[in-house]
Order: sequence, then structure tokens, then C-alpha cells
Amino acid sequence: MGDEVKLHGTWFSPFVTRVQIVLKLKGVEYEYVEEDLKNKSPLLLKINPIYEKVPVLIHNGNPIVESLIVIEYIDEAFSGPSILPKDPYERSKARFWTKFLDDKGMPPLWKACWSKGEEREKAKEEALESLKILENEIKGKKFFGGNKIGILDVTADFFAYGIPILEELTKIKLLTEDEFPCLLKWVTNYCNDPFVKEYFPVDDPLAKEYFPPKGPLSASYKVGLHQSPPHKHAFYGAAFLESQNRRPKYISDIPE
Amino acid sequence: MADEVVLLDLYGSMFAMRVRIAFAEKDIKYDNREQDSVNKSQLLLEMNPVHKKIPVLLHNGKPVCESLIIVEYIDEVWNHNSPLLPSDPYHKAHARFWADFVDKKVNDPARRIWLKKGEELEIAKKEFIEALKLLERELGDKTYFGGDKFGFVDVALIPFYSWFETYETCGNFSIEEHCPTLITWGKKCMERESVHKSLADPKKICEIVFTVLRKKYGLE
Repeated sequence: MGDEVKLHGTWFSPFVTRVQIVLKLKGVEYEYVEEDLKNKSPLLLKINPIYEKVPVLIHNGNPIVESLIVIEYIDEAFSGPSILPKDPYERSKARFWTKFLDDKGMPPLWKACWSKGEEREKAKEEALESLKILENEIKGKKFFGGNKIGILDVTADFFAYGIPILEELTKIKLLTEDEFPCLLKWVTNYCNDPFVKEYFPVDDPLAKEYFPPKGPLSASYKVGLHQSPPHKHAFYGAAFLESQNRRPKYISDIPE
Repeated sequence: MADEVVLLDLYGSMFAMRVRIAFAEKDIKYDNREQDSVNKSQLLLEMNPVHKKIPVLLHNGKPVCESLIIVEYIDEVWNHNSPLLPSDPYHKAHARFWADFVDKKVNDPARRIWLKKGEELEIAKKEFIEALKLLERELGDKTYFGGDKFGFVDVALIPFYSWFETYETCGNFSIEEHCPTLITWGKKCMERESVHKSLADPKKICEIVFTVLRKKYGLE
């Protein structure tokens, strides 16, 4: 009997994207269901009653939520290449760093994308602190996972494309060559990894629907699309951030 | 060659208590080193440079940080007895979810109950009780969150039980009134040697909070 795997998500959520990458790495076939977080479906409220968020993975009718928990589940429930290291000590380090990313890395970066004034300045400072710690961690390695992409690289996916966009929005350079030479190299390595490059289609109809042809980010959009090779993540990042500017109510829904 | 197992501990920390319970459940001998949270030791700063916090497990000199990560590590390395996590991936994910829920939804309001006053205190109490009620619902009529067996979620939550008296005193409310089933569960857990040996004395915690911590934050 075949497995039935469904992933409920939104096209712009980095927490959903990381799960999609892992499913692809593992070679798992699944059905994707786009959710509207502004009008949450009764099904979403049923499968994730505690947080009412995406991603939700449903495997043979059983729902699993919280992206890092979903990723570990996929690694354990399906055969295929290991996502987490096999050695318990290395696993504990992988879990430590993904938790760090989600607790201390993502929130200030996320906040810096849409907050204003003093709040944005504070968020940028916190993001810089976390980036310094990550710079130290990536030193001497091509990827956080070593020679090939590991769970921390996948978890940090948003950093690869979110930071260039944030820099354009705020006109402030976060990843300077002086302070973050290793992280900058990682961004290039990650975005140019054949698997990552193949994964994101440029002509996503949903992305086009959300992205207006005008506004301050249209430059990124054009640059992203016409770079050689095209910077697909810049395209997604730009479209997502532009959609945030147009939907302030959604911004207030994003939990702290 | 014998394992060298060291725990950087802090009396009263529910996160450190989790690790001590896990060690006790597995009957693992270790060297417990009480830390000073104000004048942090060189060892602590070296072994947890990112967060500079306890608990830290040093296993043959290698540091493992973050309490739930430590408990999972202990469960994987010392897998000869008393498994704390289920082996089935789905039930394991379920256990991880609820342990994570304790960290996300219980810990922060709980902290605000002894740190805040007035309106902020009332909000914290409300959030705290709401989170406990959800946990109570998850527990249902099971003996433990793990079912018949004491497990990961029980380890994650039971240390907070030693702080209940402190929360009730600060917030002037009764947790049992709102969550009687959870109190029954707490008492059941306390019957286990691993728990009652590892949990801090509720009265001592109350004393520390009122004589030291609240003063430090300008509340007394």
C-alpha cells in the first residue's frame, strides 16, 4: 500500500520551504495544499488546532506540525539519504544550531523585514549578533553540513535570499565582506548548489500573482530573474516582501 | 574506559532538573557541578559560548546544550534502559511537539508570573492557565503523558511543578482549582524516585524568588 503524504503550506513561508526541500532530498512524493492564512480553512484548524499555522504534514492521515519536528519525522519515517547526522553527538549539535536559527536568527531577521523605526533598528542589531555567531560556525566549511547540504543549510534557506532583499529594502548592508566573508561564500555556495537551483521554478504562477510590476522591489525582481544564473531566491524573497507591504493585517498575524 | 559525565547545574532551574531526571531514570552516574548564574565560570562560558546558560552536559569533554536536546541525547546514547521517547516516528513527533509546547507556551508566561505586577501579571496568569489546560486535555485520562510509561513530555513538564507554589503565591491563585488533573499527574510523578530526588524543594524556590530574584528585579 502506498503512503499518502500531504503538505499544507503557503508558497512564501520559509518554514514550509524547508520541509519541501527535505521531502525532495528524501525522495518523498506528496500532494501540496496551499492554505490561505487570512481565511483559515476548517481543515487547517482541525489538523493544527494549537497553533493554526503551516506547515502541516499529513502522513496516512496523521498530522505532524512545527517545521523542525516535521523534518525529523520525515527523516525517521521515510527511507532515503539521512538529513540529520547519525552520530548522537553530531545530531545534538545539528538540533542545537537549527533551534538557534529559529529562536535567535529568524525572528529578528523576519521582524527587520517588516517593522519600522526603532523596532527595525533593534531587530537588525539582534540579527547582526546572530549572524556573527553563524559566521563563526561556518568558518572552514563549504556548507553548515560539511561538504554537502545538511539540515542547518536547509533551515537557513531564508537567510540565503532574505538577507539580500532586506538589504535592498533598508539600504543597509548586513552581510559585509569585512565582517562576514564566510557567510557570504555560503550564500553563493547554497544558491548555486545544483539541487537548490533545480528546486525553485522561476515561473511560479502564484508568485507572479502576488508580485506587482511596480514598487521599490521591482528592481530586485528584474535583477533576480535576469541574473545569470537567475537568482531564484531573490525572486521569491522580493515577491514575498512586496506582498507583506500590501497586506498589513497579515503582518500583525505573524507571532513574535 | 569509563565515561566522564558532568552536568553544569543550577539549583532551582527547571531545565537542569529535566536533565537530572533523565539521568536518574537511566541510573547514570555523573558529576554534578553547581554553577553561579551571576559570576559565570570559565568552564560554562567555554562550553556554552552561544547562550552562556545551564544546563550543559559534558560527555567525555564534549558539550551538549539546551535541556530537551540534552534529554534526547541521553536517551539515544544510554539506550539500554528506560526509553524516554517512543520508537515509532509519529509518536516520537507527538512527544517532541508537546515538550516543545511546554517551552513555547508554559515557560514564558510562568516566568512573567513571578517577574511582573498588575495587568501584566494577570495576563501572564491567564496565558499560563490556558497552556496548562491544553496540556491537561492532552494528558486526558492517561497516567503519564507517555501513557503507561513516564516519558519525554513528563520530563519536560514536571520540573515546573516544583515552581507551582511560587506561581500561586506571586499570582494569588490556585493551579489545582483550574487544572486538577494536572495536579494529580504531578503528585503521581513525584512518587517516582527519579523525580522527587531531582526536583528542587518548592519552599526553597519560593524563598529564593522572594528574597533574591524579585528584589533583583525591583519587585520587593
